[in-house]
Amino acid sequence: MRLTLEIWRQKGADDAGRFVRYDHDDVSEHMSFLEMLDVLNQKLIGKGEEPVSFDSDCREGICGMCGFVVNGYPHGPQPLTTVCQLHMRHFHDGDVLRLEPFRAKAFPIIRDLAIDRSALDRVIMAGGYTSINAGGPRDANSILVGKKESDLSMDAAACIGCGACVAACPNASASLFTGGKISHLGLLPQGEPERKTRALSMVERHNAEGFGGCTVIGACAEACPKGLKLDFIARMNKDYLAGTLTFREEASGGGSG
Amino acid sequence: MPTLDSRTPAGPLAEKWTKRKTDLKLVNPANKRKYTIIVVGTGLAGASAASSFGELGYNVLNFCFQDTPRRAHSIAAQGGINAAKSYQNDGDSVWRLFYDTIKGGDFRAREANVYRLAEVSNNIIDQATAQGVPFAREYGGTLANRSFGGALVSRTFYARGQTGQQLLIGAYQSLMRQVELGKVKMFPRTEMLDLIVIDGRARGIVTRDLVTGKVESFLADAVVLATGGYGNLYYLSTNAKGSNVTAAWRAHRKGAFFANPCYTQIHPTCIPRAGEYQSKLTLMSESLRNDGRIWVPKKSGDGRTPDQIPEGERDYYLERKYPTYGNLAPRDIASRAAKQACDAGLGVGPGGLGVYLDFSDSIKRLGAKAIGERYGNLFDMYNRITGENPFAVPMRIYPAVHYTMGGLWVDYDLMSNLPGLFVLGEANFSDHGANRLGASALMQGLADGYFVIPYTIGDYLARGGLAKADNGHADVKAAEAAVNSREKKLLGINGKHTVDWFHKKLGEIMWENVGMARTKESLEKAIQEIPALRDQFWRDVKVPGVEGEFNQELEKAGRVADFLELGELLSRDALDRNESCGGHFRSEFQTEDGEAKRNDAEYAYAAAWEWTGENKPWTLNKEPLVFENIQLQTRSYK
Ligand SMILES: Cc1cc2nc3c(=O)[nH]c(=O)nc-3n(C[C@H](O)[C@H](O)[C@H](O)COP(=O)(O)OP(=O)(O)OC[C@H]3O[C@@H](n4cnc5c(N)ncnc54)[C@H](O)[C@@H]3O)c2cc1C
Ligand code: SF4
Ligand code: FES
Repeated sequence: MRLTLEIWRQKGADDAGRFVRYDHDDVSEHMSFLEMLDVLNQKLIGKGEEPVSFDSDCREGICGMCGFVVNGYPHGPQPLTTVCQLHMRHFHDGDVLRLEPFRAKAFPIIRDLAIDRSALDRVIMAGGYTSINAGGPRDANSILVGKKESDLSMDAAACIGCGACVAACPNASASLFTGGKISHLGLLPQGEPERKTRALSMVERHNAEGFGGCTVIGACAEACPKGLKLDFIARMNKDYLAGTLTFREEASGGGSG
Repeated sequence: MPTLDSRTPAGPLAEKWTKRKTDLKLVNPANKRKYTIIVVGTGLAGASAASSFGELGYNVLNFCFQDTPRRAHSIAAQGGINAAKSYQNDGDSVWRLFYDTIKGGDFRAREANVYRLAEVSNNIIDQATAQGVPFAREYGGTLANRSFGGALVSRTFYARGQTGQQLLIGAYQSLMRQVELGKVKMFPRTEMLDLIVIDGRARGIVTRDLVTGKVESFLADAVVLATGGYGNLYYLSTNAKGSNVTAAWRAHRKGAFFANPCYTQIHPTCIPRAGEYQSKLTLMSESLRNDGRIWVPKKSGDGRTPDQIPEGERDYYLERKYPTYGNLAPRDIASRAAKQACDAGLGVGPGGLGVYLDFSDSIKRLGAKAIGERYGNLFDMYNRITGENPFAVPMRIYPAVHYTMGGLWVDYDLMSNLPGLFVLGEANFSDHGANRLGASALMQGLADGYFVIPYTIGDYLARGGLAKADNGHADVKAAEAAVNSREKKLLGINGKHTVDWFHKKLGEIMWENVGMARTKESLEKAIQEIPALRDQFWRDVKVPGVEGEFNQELEKAGRVADFLELGELLSRDALDRNESCGGHFRSEFQTEDGEAKRNDAEYAYAAAWEWTGENKPWTLNKEPLVFENIQLQTRSYK
């Protein structure tokens, strides 16, 4: 089939950027979206033009490296599907597709469709873990976890850190991402000791990184390729509130004696 | 021919690791902060090593080429991770896991390493659980298990079909904690392009910042490579697009021996290729073989849809040939059996390159809901890629390159022959012999990173003798200059064909001649064709753009240039090994019923190849494999 692509081209942070039109007449319905772009890039290189930069790695929908906006939808219009798993059979001959990067203050553009999402790492750095060192933990089966809690925790842990939720949100909030991690760990007994302090410091880092606040619009959950639910944001808010209420400076010193 | 010493401790197998740990020198805790360790890679092996070093108090510089450490290719592992917990009370033990792994590897791995792997496997599950990895649970709250190929016990732990993702996120989170604490400095989107060797020791790396193009050197007291496998040599594989051999290959050219490159694993259950433009192949986890039955029509060229082929006219060939293991026969065996069926004209789907993986019996027995719970996300992925629904029609699958057992040679302490260079995870050659069992790579990566290297690297550092080195050192300058001039050269050729064009050509040569079945003739052909393609690459490749910018074509060009050298070595190794074992199947060496025929008298060694210079033949070093605790046998899964 034939497609018309309007692709955001931007050389770097200092370049203003613009949409450029490409006619692509070499598209098979069995291709993935990124394979369709691979073919375009091979042609561009052949013609002596600059290929379109976009990120990808696993191309299996699990690493979270890919992601851009197709006709207004982060990862394209297919629900629960990353753009690397989106196949061309969902499009039609003659379609015009507009491709642009995930846009948010916290995600500077590197080049074309490739962006810098390191702000998400810094949110995890603020407390998205259990503070234990390697070596010497007790037998895994000594910690019992109900199947229901475990399954729900897994639902939250399924986040791939792609940033589509941020791109979809009018406030550019990363609450679904942050709430996902707070819920994943908070639902498990292993995460319980730090549940409230974790929520407090992660939310504060989230805000400091320039992500917006959540006003419960729900666009994030619609765009999320891994089906994370708004409930996780509610859980984050609850733990955050509990964290602010119980917050006090850590006791210092080892005591006397 | 030189022989290599693995420095395996003496004494009974079960006591070797304890003995080594007691004999190792320790670094004074107060001195740890005076040491810097470079870790290249943030997969299971790299992230677990880097975070453990940070926890111990070392300064760590950690590198990866993705935009964040959490995306390392380990994330894609689906099926699970083995451990000898014996929670199922089904007769498992450290010994049995050890034995299955050695046997699965077709008796081409080092006994002591494999035993240690089995020994620490249980700690991994405890560690990951403490990190909050949401392993699957039973209703009573205990951990659940499933079975994997090559084993008769149920010892595989899993987190839905996302075990690698969850284990990696656990390791990544621990790593981020150390980054926050300032013990680990993280360098994402940074690619190692050379190893710096000073006075015969690995002391640093030269990197390229993939965003700005800046070439820079980093120095340290030791360098750890955890850079994954080289399956993308074949262009099409189940590996992520960025997976490459560059870090290991550059170290090889600086003196590190490359061992057993010809041991490549072709995974039996992948989605068949759809067209020319195919950019990678997708694995359907081996766990599907627990409930899926593999078959082809008995009649060649049978044009009927699968539901119209009656039971009696189907050949469930694995169940027929291997009644004990059936659909759970090891990967190399299952892959070859699929190839034999397709070669005999019994294949299904486009081009006859596919066999059925059929869930209808399990769905009848257990219900669609139970099957959906076990494999839902895999079924969804299959459906997204092919447009077909595996609840209604059988999957079509075909073997694809998946894992590489070969890699840089390491001793018992995971140190290469180059002092100060340690190699972990898929990048080393150590634990899987000629074939890796399912769910054992995750185990190895985490064993290496959490429970082996934190001990052994301390011994190296405590022995001291490291001279001060700085970025002005002549060897540093020379390494940097070499990286810069290679980039200029790649960009200056401005030839006719793209990097991908060369990569695909190389992949075709490899798959045709050095794939599932190899012969003397096919290998000699590859050894002719690869250097010719390499010459053409350096004359005729077209790499657009400039070096001082985000340039994905330049990244790929460097990686393909290294694959073009590795391909030749792999073919030579395969030609040199006049036997069949595990993933290395030489058609000349097979039993009457088509199974791999090993030659223990002449080939019970690891082949460690030494680089001797551009366009010069490699030197073969041998590490004899000594089996003190098990009897070499012909593998049988019948
Ligand atoms: C689809 C798939 C499914 C699998 N399923 C299973 C399974 O169920 N069970 C199992 O046990 N095994 C499985 N495996 C195998 C297993 O996932 C891998 O062998 C293992 O995860 C490798 O881990 P690693 O840490 O060695 O390397 P990787 O996870 O590949 O990490 C490599 C790291 O090195 C970095 N790197 C590489 N080169 C450079 C460079 N030049 N400069 C800087 N950084 C560099 C990368 O950025 C990355 O961080 C699977 C593999 C695949 C492909
Ligand atoms: S919550 Fe969903 S959309 Fe947001 S980063 Fe995670 S997977 Fe992506
Ligand atoms: S490339 Fe990994 S999720 Fe798309």
